Amino acid sequence: MIYLDHAATTALDKEIFETMKPYFSEKYGNPSSIYFLGQEAKAAIEEARERVAKILGASPGEIIFTSCATESNNLAIRGIINYQLAISKKPVHIITSSIEHKSVLETCKGLEEKGAEATYLSVDKEGFVNIEDLKKAIKENTVLVSIMYANNEVGSIQPIKEIGAYLKDLNKRRKQPVAFHTDAVQGFQYAETDVQSLGVDALSLTGHKFYAPKGVGILYLKEGIKVESQQTGGSQENKKRAGTENVPYIVAIAEAMATASSKRQVAGGQIRKLRDKLIDGILEKIPGTILTGPAKENFANRLPNNASFCFPKVEGESILINLDFEGIAASSGSACTSGSLEPSHVLIAMGYDHTIAHGSIRFTLGKDNTEEEIDEVLEKLPPIIEKLQKMSPLR
Amino acid sequence: MALYNDIVMDHFKTPRNVGEIPDADGVGEVGNPICGDIMKIFIKVEKKDGKEYISDIKFQTLGCGAAVATSSMVTEIVKGKTLEEAEKVTNITVADALQGLPPVKLHCSNLAADALIKAIEDYRSRK
Repeated sequence: MIYLDHAATTALDKEIFETMKPYFSEKYGNPSSIYFLGQEAKAAIEEARERVAKILGASPGEIIFTSCATESNNLAIRGIINYQLAISKKPVHIITSSIEHKSVLETCKGLEEKGAEATYLSVDKEGFVNIEDLKKAIKENTVLVSIMYANNEVGSIQPIKEIGAYLKDLNKRRKQPVAFHTDAVQGFQYAETDVQSLGVDALSLTGHKFYAPKGVGILYLKEGIKVESQQTGGSQENKKRAGTENVPYIVAIAEAMATASSKRQVAGGQIRKLRDKLIDGILEKIPGTILTGPAKENFANRLPNNASFCFPKVEGESILINLDFEGIAASSGSACTSGSLEPSHVLIAMGYDHTIAHGSIRFTLGKDNTEEEIDEVLEKLPPIIEKLQKMSPLR
Repeated sequence: MALYNDIVMDHFKTPRNVGEIPDADGVGEVGNPICGDIMKIFIKVEKKDGKEYISDIKFQTLGCGAAVATSSMVTEIVKGKTLEEAEKVTNITVADALQGLPPVKLHCSNLAADALIKAIEDYRSRK
């Protein structure tokens, strides 16, 4: 099989799997227990916390292990806003973008119903937030800005550093500081993710996008940023996330982050080469194809593993099933594949209409893809598009 | 495991009666404004023993796997049938003939019978 859906999930790396194995049936203690077995597990998660903190340029007390990025995003956004709503008598204001992951968008929408105000920044045709729009959107009661590091569908890398620097400067003059959260799920592997240099107060990650297992995430939360815990119980994770720690998965995510961050430059370069070949090949072989996301001259701000397209007069799910017949896995933002029967909110926010978004396909490469696989996609995809266009009533 | 059953996949992989009939006696088109699927059905009508029947039928579809499979199936069901028989075909008939569709697809992609009825209406309005 040719797997080109790494933005959806990745395979657990075999070496990482080995590091987590002892924590299932041998070192299975509860980190809250005082005897050796428990303290052994406790030491493992604290070592993992230190490793993660070092990679992110944070201190260990600022790292919260969660179950996934959806939970991290909820804890950051809901946690900060609920805390502020409780102490403030007036509605508090969130600024986010219109191309965020659903776990951010739906959380903000839910908070609007609870008395918060929200601004959803628009993006340009290539999927970039404009920092000037953000500056204009900030109000006296703004308490949180949440902008994703890189978009999962079209790979646009947002100006996080610029936003971080701007807010840091602005906060010196404000009575009500604005906290800055970024969902860095797609960015971590390929872009520098040092919280000091990015200037963020909160940052979400999930392990399964970089070869750790599904079911473990991280929230970096800067010391002093107050959140309302989203689940009550024991005093784990600095009282911010109750529940027995998922020891093997925490060990795995730390290991995976160490591997990913040490190989960032090399992996990014190899993947970029294959990705460029895929993009050039598809644009050349399939007339009328639209490359969605950052254009060639802005590829420095495009995730090196992302190749996303819209094919006119065809529908995404039909393309995906045909690719699946050929053993190729990809994804689509077509309404037919969404479950909600709505087309990709990202492509719509970028200004594409329903009919164009209908034929969207995203390929996301990973560390094990080869040039032969890209050649095979370039051989198999054009006849699929041609066959479907022939079947279409649109001419 | 697959999203669709084998019958649906068979019709998707090798759809029956794809194409257009340039001198069709009736043409019906339906679109789903929400998702953007479009289905178009062309029919040729002939008379035999005083009854009008569908002597040829073709379709063109832009849509998902279910949209293609339902279009293909409806053409197979009514080809050679009298207009009276064809008019009785509903979207439910088509879904049943395919031995079921995923629940989420039942309404959105199952419009082929509507396109057929429109093609028959078009034929009648031309007389």
